Amino acid sequence: MSNVRVLVGTRKGAFVMTSDAKRQQWDISGPHFGGWEIYHVKGSPADPNRLYASQSSGWFGQMIQRSNDGGKTWEPVDNKFVYEGEPGTHQWYDGTPHPWAFKRVWHLEPSLTDPETVYAGVEDAALFRTSDGGKSWQELPGLRQHGTGSGWQPGAGGMCLHTIILDPSDPKRIFIAISAAGAFRTDDGGVTWRAINRGLRSQYIPDPDAEVGHCVHHISMHPRRPGVLFMQKHWDVMRSDNAGDNWREVSGNLPTDFGFALDVHAHEPETIYVVPIKSDSEHYPPDGKLRVYRSRTGGDEWEALTNGLPQRDCYVNVLRDAMAVDSLDSCGVYFGTTGGQVYASADGGDNWAPIARDLPAVLSVEVQTLS
Amino acid sequence: MIRVVLPAHLRHIAGATGELKLEVEGQATVRSVLDALEAAYPALRGTIRDHVTQQRRPFVRFFACEEDLSHDSPDAPLPAAVVSGAEPLLIVGAIAGGF
Repeated sequence: MSNVRVLVGTRKGAFVMTSDAKRQQWDISGPHFGGWEIYHVKGSPADPNRLYASQSSGWFGQMIQRSNDGGKTWEPVDNKFVYEGEPGTHQWYDGTPHPWAFKRVWHLEPSLTDPETVYAGVEDAALFRTSDGGKSWQELPGLRQHGTGSGWQPGAGGMCLHTIILDPSDPKRIFIAISAAGAFRTDDGGVTWRAINRGLRSQYIPDPDAEVGHCVHHISMHPRRPGVLFMQKHWDVMRSDNAGDNWREVSGNLPTDFGFALDVHAHEPETIYVVPIKSDSEHYPPDGKLRVYRSRTGGDEWEALTNGLPQRDCYVNVLRDAMAVDSLDSCGVYFGTTGGQVYASADGGDNWAPIARDLPAVLSVEVQTLS
Repeated sequence: MIRVVLPAHLRHIAGATGELKLEVEGQATVRSVLDALEAAYPALRGTIRDHVTQQRRPFVRFFACEEDLSHDSPDAPLPAAVVSGAEPLLIVGAIAGGF
């Protein structure tokens, strides 16, 4: 019998939610690390009981926590993220050079095959890796030392590396995304990187189709089709069919193409989900209606999913890492809001119900399908 | 023996309860106390001062004997009452608002 574990990071702690395959009744444990910001919690595909959590605070900095029992108990591991060599500078908001400085870990991506190996995306943007279960972290400096690095600028949320996608068909290929530098890909295990932003157009930068400088909010990939990427850019939902070499817009009939979260159905690689947000200056859904939009055609044609979601007076946001899917036969879709709700659909988005309604603002949602 | 009081979040990280008592080698200073604290509780490394620069984190304060020692040199001798154990060194999370 399969069951599901949902890992939720919030502004004030982490929560672990479990259910059987029906996904109707949920047990919730937490808050773990109460009072701390939990940007991300994710489990190892190679050992589902091995979890990693990014725990941070404005007072006490960054901690990384590790669990070996599915989130029942945790232990702190190494929290030393030191840039390799001379960090150098990137651009500040006013265009002046600003020293690279570590602030926090936004995203933890465990290896697909080794529970001891995890990638960490950090602010100021860089990629780190541990190969000893978090006892030590080393930067993969080739990304930060990309020739364009000195020109990268932070987005409103900081200059964060927030997306890491490991290619299951090629262990040397990794995709990452940075706000507001754009998307990058390595084909040699992280030694060298190339910007993969051709086809993106961003009117808020001086050169709308520049090589870098695009505020990419999130990228998702179906593991069976690693060459196909979907992107929620600041504005625009985009698609690439050649591993990021070229992108085309697939916003289609969305009511607004601004947003943060995006994910792909576990069994239908052309079925994707986004949560349209009114604008970058408002950060809430249009018309006070919380609607997930689903495309069964890989973009362009979208349908609103509203059953069980608030359709009036709703002004929450859904952040970039706050949507995930399970891989049960009827794919479950999950997302969390800045209003503290975690919604689940056990039928691919047709019907929704809250798992929790009153958590702190949700920063991230990940799902493990356990057998 | 130096008495140290940690904020609740750091006590949890350290897995400690109540006041800590630390043996400090040489002259008792903020730096030597933090060295002893981090040696006894390695998980606290990086939470009070930066790993590399060893600078105090901006929203952490050091109080003792009703004085704010935060802006003193980390190598300044601690007050005699702290050295004798009559008073604790307070490591405090600043009242800094937030959300």
